[in-house]
Amino acid sequence: MSFIRLEPRGQASKTMVYVTPLLAVALTLLSGFILFLAMGFDPLKALYSFFVAPVTSVRGIGELVVKATPLVLCAVGLAIGFRANVWNIGAEGQLTLGAITGGGLALAFYGEGGWWLLPMMVIGGAVGGAVWAAVPAFLRLRFNASEILTSLMLNYVALLLLNYLVHGPFRDPDGFAFPESRLFEAEATLPILWAGTRVHFGALLALLAVAGGWLLIARTFIGFQIKVIGLTPAAAGYAGFDQKRIVWLTLLLSGALAGIAGMGEVAGPIGQITASISPGYGYTAIIVAFLGRLHPVGILLAALLMALSFIGGEAAQIAMGLPKAITGVFQGMLLFFLLASDVLIRYRVRFGARRAAA
Amino acid sequence: MPSHAETYPPDAPPPRLELRGITKRFPGCLANDHVDLVLQPGEIHALLGENGAGKSTLVKMIYGVLHPDAGTMLWQGAETVVPDPAGARRLGIGMVFQHFSLFDTLTVTENIALGLDNAGPMDQLAGRIREVSERYGLALDPGRHVFHLSVGERQRVEIVRCLLQDPKLLIMDEPTSVLTPQEAAKLFETLRVLAAEGCTILYISHKLEEIRALCSRATVLRAGKVVGAADPRQETARSLAEMMMGAELSTPERPPQGVAGVARLTVRHLSTTSDNPFATNLKDVNFEVRGGEILGIAGVAGNGQAELMAALSGEVLLADADAVVIEGTSAGHLGPRARRTLGLAFVPEERLGRGAVPELSLSENALLSGYAREPLVRGGMVHFARARAYAETIIRGFNVVAHGHRAEARSLSGGNLQKFIIGREILQKPKLLVVGQPTWGVDAGAAAAIHKALIDLARSGAAVLVISQDLDELFVLSDRISVLFHGRLSDSRPTHETTVERIGLLMGGLFGTPPDEDGEITRAV
Repeated sequence: MSFIRLEPRGQASKTMVYVTPLLAVALTLLSGFILFLAMGFDPLKALYSFFVAPVTSVRGIGELVVKATPLVLCAVGLAIGFRANVWNIGAEGQLTLGAITGGGLALAFYGEGGWWLLPMMVIGGAVGGAVWAAVPAFLRLRFNASEILTSLMLNYVALLLLNYLVHGPFRDPDGFAFPESRLFEAEATLPILWAGTRVHFGALLALLAVAGGWLLIARTFIGFQIKVIGLTPAAAGYAGFDQKRIVWLTLLLSGALAGIAGMGEVAGPIGQITASISPGYGYTAIIVAFLGRLHPVGILLAALLMALSFIGGEAAQIAMGLPKAITGVFQGMLLFFLLASDVLIRYRVRFGARRAAA
Repeated sequence: MPSHAETYPPDAPPPRLELRGITKRFPGCLANDHVDLVLQPGEIHALLGENGAGKSTLVKMIYGVLHPDAGTMLWQGAETVVPDPAGARRLGIGMVFQHFSLFDTLTVTENIALGLDNAGPMDQLAGRIREVSERYGLALDPGRHVFHLSVGERQRVEIVRCLLQDPKLLIMDEPTSVLTPQEAAKLFETLRVLAAEGCTILYISHKLEEIRALCSRATVLRAGKVVGAADPRQETARSLAEMMMGAELSTPERPPQGVAGVARLTVRHLSTTSDNPFATNLKDVNFEVRGGEILGIAGVAGNGQAELMAALSGEVLLADADAVVIEGTSAGHLGPRARRTLGLAFVPEERLGRGAVPELSLSENALLSGYAREPLVRGGMVHFARARAYAETIIRGFNVVAHGHRAEARSLSGGNLQKFIIGREILQKPKLLVVGQPTWGVDAGAAAAIHKALIDLARSGAAVLVISQDLDELFVLSDRISVLFHGRLSDSRPTHETTVERIGLLMGGLFGTPPDEDGEITRAV
């Protein structure tokens, strides 16, 4: 008999739902502290340069928003699917496709753009992402293939497609054979919202996605169906909810949002199509979705935190010469601690051996 | 209840098992509150109580699955702590659970070997199984695979598994809920032989007539406390039920059926095929249910009930659209939602996990099926205020004991949840209601209320189809009864022209039709 036991709670603890993300952050910081100490860095200075220094300037805060924008767009879509047990792991590929289709329009109409070009690029990006997500949806419903595997594998296909395009058809004719497209014209570039930073129109779209995601989940009948399917598929069948429709809907929606995120990257901070559009936003969005409790508002906060880990990682590389892997280490620790501490929602910890019946 | 501990003379043998002041608390509920219980060698002792009275908790503590917070357990006079089920088996305590733990694809011997702590070589074990099953009249072929076995035979596997360990105390949790009357009678013979050999049997059941026939003593639990003891042979089923409820029992009366109305549900040549090798395919099932009447379909579980329910609800679509006709519309190709629009309401056998979502509140569960016929959704948006009001109406109208519409479905007792689900379906004013196992595992008070609601619905002009294994229930409710056996449905008979025995034989497969290829026709006789 062990001295630390887990005892089931009668009811899931509502407090713990909110406490465990904070607990996970605290444990991540603590582990980071020990890690830095073991590596021979001054832990306080390292943590400061990782988590605090980046947001001490307007420009830093702007960068935070720039990085959070694609994360929010991807994670809101993923979370809606995850709620219905639709496990789209392919946001990275859908984002890439959105960059290709949305950015492709910018190149196709190069020199003849107008006010209509940007709206068309947003729609084009959404369609590209949705088409990429439609493949796993079709495979799951037609052949019962796990969307986890198919959507994940399509990420690599998307990346190869992007590589082919920037080395071939999309390559800037005046670019000395560099694998990059032309720089987009002003008509194909998202407007800057906050002077002095790179915060662009995509941030507004991300906020819109948060509001729309919340409305869908909390108020609509579709959201109710998603909830029931996620919790108890048999009850959804009994009630007559069309599960196929929900699989299509959630995958197309998350694909479209990821596609918009990708379009926003090439038409925003990057300004052209290059071989590396995303430092793994689509994967990080999975962590963001869970860290945010699959709730749009939670996702907004979680995305800011993960964005901080991206720019903090860069800052720590520059300031202290830390290895590049540090970003991934912190993101991984955060998800690990979150999943581990989630056990506290349904269980409470008891110390001391179980009292035997006297 | 006066403790029997002091009443036996000092030189008599100690009781087989004595519980003193057993208390078990779960977060938010006191499941057992100072329970005293004395079991003598060779007696068949009934443990009675409504759902949630604490019977399961108590026997799980005896069997070592749970551990008491306080109190003492004396095994043959010596104070004992049962650490786990293996420890209980070493003491000589065996338990047959309500839900079997058998592997379909293994043989009887292999299944039994898995549950034994010292199984020994397989061929020797098979010999011992044959020996024990013959001695106690539990016909069983050790080499057969479990998926071939009827429910009654599966239960025999569980019993033989216990008997192989020479138990001194055998705990049986609702053993007859899945048996035909004839199978139950056979089980009782076995239990009487066992008791005569000195084995103590602790018997849990809701079927009070059975307890009167079988048990010599009964202990009644209510809300975790022992509230009485009785000799069931001296009591009536009614007095036992009232002891359990602590209130008077009102039994519903079924007023004579008026003129039968139009056929609201017509099933013609319904056959199904399934990819699942363990499913029972329906074979040319024909029946109709008219407005104003209740048709009962009896049968032991696993004879096609699940398939029939799915075919009627629309969860499984049919190849032939005309096989199921609801209110004159061919519905075989329609899904659940479209069938609900035609006037169908549906109460599945599984309450939690199909009829209701455990984690959701009652108002959300009201929306689950209520959306189809109540104005709870407008323009794609959920009208939460109306869903709440609808839930409150159900809670009030059907006396559901719950902490309001916010209570999670899983926090309700089985009986209250079933009242809620049935209320949710009935308040949609269906033209046709299909109900599976309406009162399975539901206590007597709630069962009476549910029966009354079903009868009232039928008499108001709706057609009601009840699919149940409980014959007593079907005889209370139904105007006509049919029997489902191996996927075939017998012709219906008016309830007043038939008897429990007659229906019991049909449930065992004794149709007037040629014997089935499985040759199990003689099983029930």
